[in-house]
Parts: sequence; C-alpha cells; structure tokens
Amino acid sequence: MEDKYLLSDVKRYSGTDTSACMRCGKCSGRCPAYNDMDIKPHQFVTLIERGDIEKLMQSKSIWTCLSCMACVERCPRNVAPAQVIEAVRDAVVRQQYANKIKAEDIPAKIDETIPQQLLVSAFRKYNK
Amino acid sequence: MQRIGVFVCWCGSNIAATVDVERVAEAVKSEPGVVFSTQYQYMCSENGQQLIRQAIKEHNLTGVVVCSCSPRMHEATFRKTAESAGINPYMVEIANIREQVSWIHKDIEEGTEKAIILARTAIAKVNLNAPLTAGETKVTKRALVIGGGIAGIQSALDIAEAGYEVDIVETKPTIGGRMAQLDKTFPTLDCAACILTPKMVDVAQNEKITLYTYSEIEDVKGFVGNFSVKIRKKARYINEDACTGCGVCMNACPSKKGLNEFNQGLNNRPAIYIPFAQAIPNIAVIDPQQCLKIKNGKCGLCAMKCPSNAIDYTQTDEIVEREYGAIVVATGYKTIDLDKFGEYAYNESKDVVTSLELERLMNAAGPTKGTLLRPSDGEHPHDITFIQCVGSRDTSGCGKPYCSKICCMYTAKHAMLIREKYPDVKVHIFYIDVRTPGKNYDEFYRRAAEQYGVDYIKGMVGKVYPQPNGKLLVQGSDLINNEQVLIESDMVVLATAIEPEPSVRRIATLLTTSIDTNNFLTEAHAKLRPVESPTAGIFLSGVCQGPKDIPETVSQASACAAKVIGLLAKNTLKGNACVAGPDESMCNGCSVCANVCPYGAITYVDKEFRLGGGKTETRRVSQVNQAICQGCGACTVACPSGAMDLKGFANKQIMAEVEAICKR
Ligand SMILES: Cc1cc2nc3c(=O)[nH]c(=O)nc-3n(C[C@H](O)[C@H](O)[C@H](O)COP(=O)(O)OP(=O)(O)OC[C@H]3O[C@@H](n4cnc5c(N)ncnc54)[C@H](O)[C@@H]3O)c2cc1C
Ligand code: SF4
Ligand code: SF4
Ligand code: SF4
Ligand code: SF4
Repeated sequence: MEDKYLLSDVKRYSGTDTSACMRCGKCSGRCPAYNDMDIKPHQFVTLIERGDIEKLMQSKSIWTCLSCMACVERCPRNVAPAQVIEAVRDAVVRQQYANKIKAEDIPAKIDETIPQQLLVSAFRKYNK
Repeated sequence: MQRIGVFVCWCGSNIAATVDVERVAEAVKSEPGVVFSTQYQYMCSENGQQLIRQAIKEHNLTGVVVCSCSPRMHEATFRKTAESAGINPYMVEIANIREQVSWIHKDIEEGTEKAIILARTAIAKVNLNAPLTAGETKVTKRALVIGGGIAGIQSALDIAEAGYEVDIVETKPTIGGRMAQLDKTFPTLDCAACILTPKMVDVAQNEKITLYTYSEIEDVKGFVGNFSVKIRKKARYINEDACTGCGVCMNACPSKKGLNEFNQGLNNRPAIYIPFAQAIPNIAVIDPQQCLKIKNGKCGLCAMKCPSNAIDYTQTDEIVEREYGAIVVATGYKTIDLDKFGEYAYNESKDVVTSLELERLMNAAGPTKGTLLRPSDGEHPHDITFIQCVGSRDTSGCGKPYCSKICCMYTAKHAMLIREKYPDVKVHIFYIDVRTPGKNYDEFYRRAAEQYGVDYIKGMVGKVYPQPNGKLLVQGSDLINNEQVLIESDMVVLATAIEPEPSVRRIATLLTTSIDTNNFLTEAHAKLRPVESPTAGIFLSGVCQGPKDIPETVSQASACAAKVIGLLAKNTLKGNACVAGPDESMCNGCSVCANVCPYGAITYVDKEFRLGGGKTETRRVSQVNQAICQGCGACTVACPSGAMDLKGFANKQIMAEVEAICKR
C-alpha cells in the first residue's frame, strides 16, 4: 500500500509522462555518466513504468547522475529521464531526512548558466 | 396536410439497448400528419426497406421519417427506397437516434425521451417539406494531375489508357519526382531509372497526355465535373519546339555556380541546364537567378552556341486556362530540415549526409559517378554508421510524430548495396524498431543482417562528434547489451523523416480540400474511401496522402485513376437539389449574397415588377445559378433583407424543428 503511494508520488514529482517513452535509448546514448551508473537513464523510465520503485531507490545512479539534462534535451518523446532520477533521489532523501546542504548556502552558489534543477539536486546530494 | 409514416430502427441492439423503440413508435402516433408508425430490427436491410415501400403504398404516405443511424450513413439508402415506392426522395427525413442518442446515453428513460423528441423534430420538418428535383450538370471529360512523380505519372497513364485526356502540371522542369533521384530500389534492387524512364517516355509519347512542366497551379474555380484551372507556365527562356536537348548550351555557360537540385545540391550545374540525361521533356531551362545575361545583360554565350536557335532571354510567364472534370493531387514529399537536430552534426560535417543524398552519392549519374567517396576529402570510407528514425516518431516538437514508413527498408537497402560493392566497409545501423512488414520485406531486411553482416544495433545515437582526424565519433546506446558504444566512422547517414511537399498547403486551399496536422491530404474515409478527398472531384495519389514506398504509391495511383475514370465516364452529374433562391419581392439587389458565395453562383438582373394599378417598377434582384450552387447556405445567412432561402433547409423548416424540440 505504502509503495503504491510512493510510486504515484515519485511519478508526480517527476513531472514527466513516462508512458510516452518509446524505448529508443537516445537518453542513454548521450548520458556522460553512463558508465558510472548501475541502472541506466532509460531504465529509470521503464522501471518506473513497471512500478519497480525499490530497485531505483537502491541504485547507485541517483548519486552519479550529473543532472546535466542531456537526456532531457535529447528525448524525442518529451520524456525527462533526469526528472525521474531527481524524483527518486528526492524520495530517498526525504526518507532519510537528510537535507545536507543548508538552504542559506544556496544563493552564493547561483550562477545563471547552471540549470536550476542542478541546484535542487545538489541540495539533496551533498553532505557538507 | 402530409400523410407521414414513421419507421423506428433497432439497429440490432445498437439502438434498442438504450431506446425503448416500441414506446417511440407509439408516442409519435399522435403527432400532426402521422398516419402510420412502426419499428423493426434492421430498417436498412432488404426486409426493412420492403416494409417502408409497402407502408408507402398501403397508407398513401407523402412523407417518411426514419429514426435510425446518422443520415451520413443511410439517408441516401432510404431516399432511394422512398423513390422506388413513388414518392420524392426529399420527402424523407432521418432522426439520428443512434449517434445522437443510444451511443452517447446510458439511461433508457433519458434515451427514449430524447429519441421521441428527435423523431418529433423530423416529423415537424417533413410537414413543411416539398418535393425537390436536382438539376444536372455536364462533365468535362478531361483530368488534371498535379505533380509528375511516379504517382502522377501512373495515374495519368491509366486515365489516358481509358481514353480520356489528361494534363500533368509539374513544378520542376522535368517529370519523374523523387524516384528519378533514387539509385536502386527495394525490395528487388532494380535500378530506379531503368523502371521509371520508360514510363516517363510513355507519358511524353501518349497523345492523350499534355505535359505542363516548370508550371504551377495559379487558380482553381468550379466544382466536380466542371473545374476551371489557371496554369502558370514559368518562363523557361527556351523555345520548347526548337530545343533538341543537345546540351551544347550547358558547356557554353560560364556561370556554373547553381546548386544541382537533382543531386540534392551536392554539386553545381550551369545557369542553363537539363536536369538529368533522361529528363522529360528533354529541354533546357535557364535559372534566371544564375544567368548573367538575364541578370545584367552581359553574356549571351549559350544563344550564340545553340545550333537550333532555341534560346529566348525575353520570354515571360504564360497563363493557360483549361477546364477539367476531375483533379488528382500527387505532389509528393521532401525530406525534413535538420536544423533542429544539432546532435547529429549534419550542418557541421560534410560527411554526415541524408539518405536521399546517399542515393545520389551511389548513383552512376551522381556527383561521384557512382563511386562512394567520403564527401569531405573524396577518400574511400571504411566505416559507415546509419541512424534510423531521424526526426520521425518525434513528439518533442523538433520532428514529426509519425513513422516515415520507408526508411527501415531503404536503410537495409543502402547497407546491402554498400556491403555488396565494398565488402571492406563496416556498416552499423542504429534502430529503435525495424519495421518491415510487406511481401518479401522482412526477408529483405534479414538478408542485410544475416548474409551481408550488417551490424544492427538496437539503440539510438545521442551525439556525433566530428574529430580532428576527420573521423566522426558516434556515441550511442546498445540496449540489448546494455552498453554505451563509441564508434569511429567515416560517414554517418541519417534516415531523415519525410514530410509533404510544403506547396501542398496552397494547393489544398485552392481546391478547398482538407489537410491534417502534418500537412498530409485527408481522405474522404480512412478505410473505405482512401483515394478520394472529402471534396467531390478531387482525388489523392502517392505520398501527398501519407508516407508510402513505390509499390504502394503505384497501387494507390491506379486506384485513384479508376475513381477518376468512373467520374469521367458519366455524361452528366446529378447536382444538388437543396439550392438557394431569393424571394424576389424582398430582394433589393444589395450584392451582399454574391460577395459571400464561395462558388460564384450568384448574379443580378434588372426585372420589371407590377405594383398594381397598372404601374410597374424595375428593380435589380439576385439570381442563383442552380447548376453551380452547392447549398452551403452562406448567402441565406448574409442576406440583410431575409430574402434568400435554401430549399430543403428553409428558415421556416428550421424554426419548426426548433419549436418541436422546445415544445411541451
Ligand atoms: C532515400 C530514399 C530512398 C527510397 N528508396 C525507395 C526504394 O528503394 N523503393 C521504394 O519503393 N521506395 C523508395 N523510396 C520512396 C519513394 O521515393 C516514394 O515512394 C515515391 O517517390 C513517391 O512518389 P510520389 O509521386 O508520391 O512523390 P514524389 O516522387 O515526391 O513526386 C511528386 C512530384 O510532384 C511535384 N510537385 C510537388 N509540388 C507540386 C506543385 N505544387 N505543383 C506541381 N507539381 C508539384 C514534385 O516536383 C514531384 O515531381 C525512397 C525514398 C527515399 C527518401
Ligand atoms: S541528467 Fe543524469 S541521466 Fe541525464 S544525461 Fe545527464 S547525467 Fe545522464
Ligand atoms: S530518450 Fe526518451 S523515449 Fe527514448 S528511451 Fe529515453 S526516455 Fe524513452
Ligand atoms: S520506417 Fe523505420 S526508420 Fe523510418 S521512421 Fe519508421 S521505424 Fe523509423
Ligand atoms: S447557398 Fe448561396 S452562397 Fe452557397 S453556393 Fe448556393 S448561392 Fe452560393
């Protein structure tokens, strides 16, 4: 029961329609962090579709994804794999109550050229 | 007073499950004019129609209401039934209690009540119906084909074969279309020119076919059976009767910077040129943008060299006006622009080419005379990567949402042709799916993988990096092995999506026919009328209707010709009985109606009217040409005096229907 809510929450947080994925693999064809990932960008999309949230939450990839958004940029179907990864990461972090970066440190780090989502994910990822 | 019979259909359980048909038949018995009512399982069946005929005879009916499916489905059927029993077909009205009731309601109470209201509405209208007769119009026994690719060529040849005159209007200087640009063709690998050029010659020699090449459709008027079309023959700057196609002029011309369209711009051609050796007609044309004589008066070398005195720098466009009974659209396709696909480096590297460019690079009449060379340096390539679905199946807004249908097959073709001719070249193909249904098609693709050792990789390319050493680094996914691969290639070939030739938008507007969101022409019915457009007299042939390969294009072109022949075989066409007409006592000749009529059916005359007491007055009043009026009703709405009315849909009939709905 709990998993079902978690799954629908993660889907909602991702803000992307994973059912549109046509399994082309273009996202994984471009990902610069591919070799450091146990679960590949396209698999985040397909596993979420299958409802396999546990596997994703345990994956190493949520910490190795660079949030570079190349996969989002490339996807021919308007699916955003990085947003799924971010949503899973977020779910993990929420469960651990582990917001490791302090909110007040963020403004100093803002630079116009970096994607906003990178900041958000960094916020979740790093222990400082 | 009319004597009306009401016939309620069950449509099996389609209607009867949601509408109490017996109650409907019972309820309408008390409506004014109704003398008979009944219900039956399938009104459209032979038995059902017999029931209607019998009731017409037994009860001396003057009007009929059928409560059934949509009039689009069976209005014509029931009108014929009534006619065969001796009453005017326009005395039949349909109450649509299927699409508008049973299919959209669940509750039987609500459904039945609404069905009764709709039946009552139709009865109210029939009470005011009057017998109508459709006029007849003559059919001009000549067809126009727009576009001279394989689709247009095949349609024209078939129509001419049946004995009718056909004109082909082709915007390029030659017919042949894209097929003329292809090297060898799947699934049999015969050379495109060998099978196409005989057909092109047939067109040129057929005395029933007139060719207007380097020409455009300027304007279209009229309607099915009676189109009047203006054709702009663009200035070729050549006297067509004198030119023998010897080609001496091409060698003489010093301005050789024009992009060779036939070779997809891969090399240049002179300002005066014949597109390719087998061009039909085999006549030169001058590109006025490139010609020094036309641009600044200096040169004229070709005229000096031409042995036939065929060159005329002063020629101007010519407008030809012709009448046609039917029009075939066969405007074909182009490959999409790749500007939005920066990841494939198409604009960065000459060695990244589209598949259509590859056809030219492998063709004996192409820029490299058929030897496959790397475009950047003319070296022999050792490794080639193909990427399928470039810009197809793309809903991100950069490409097209549909599958281009031909690229899986032609990519397998390209791979095999390369491996056959150059066994040392490694060939990789990135694919999302391989879609090769069709007779001998999947076998064809499997041959590429099994016999020709082509490396099919299930995955997609994420980026192509031009390298300092002149090679292309291809980064992609291999989903079967769950790997990211990096391949160093000499060339990358993009199986680029195709889209309808953009000028089709203008053509569709001129023909008042419809196109879909992807600019493909819409057929009248996706399954049952695939070669007719929704506009009567306009037919569809080839890729302008949807992606197809040559076998499919040719089948459709012949199907289209059969439809055209069926139309041209008729001497007259039944016109539309529901035409407009003014009440002359109310018309003041204001001209508003003529301005809104899209068919040009309205003119004005001065008429003498008696005022009483022996006095007369002459007034200008409107007149509708009943052969031209299509009954669209635009004039009846526009008329400020309320003088214009439409037969069969008169204002008082519509008002009676509204009242029937609102009463109670
Ligand atoms: C790279 C590639 C390889 C292919 N290989 C094969 C193959 O091996 N086997 C196979 O079966 N199919 C193949 N095809 C598909 C094949 O090219 C098409 O099926 C075929 O050309 C369609 O013919 P068409 O007459 O409908 O269109 P087109 O060939 O595009 O002809 C349309 C004609 O209409 C003219 N026109 C356009 N607009 C107007 C206008 N407004 N007014 C007047 N004239 C106009 C155009 O100039 C053109 O001459 C290939 C396609 C590509 C892209
Ligand atoms: S955002 Fe993450 S998954 Fe997507 S391409 Fe970049 S590193 Fe790979
Ligand atoms: S690029 Fe898009 S459509 Fe293709 S596999 Fe990745 S998420 Fe799915
Ligand atoms: S035919 Fe094949 S390559 Fe072309 S769009 Fe369809 S699936 Fe892709
Ligand atoms: S109804 Fe009126 S506007 Fe429409 S075609 Fe007839 S005359 Fe023209």
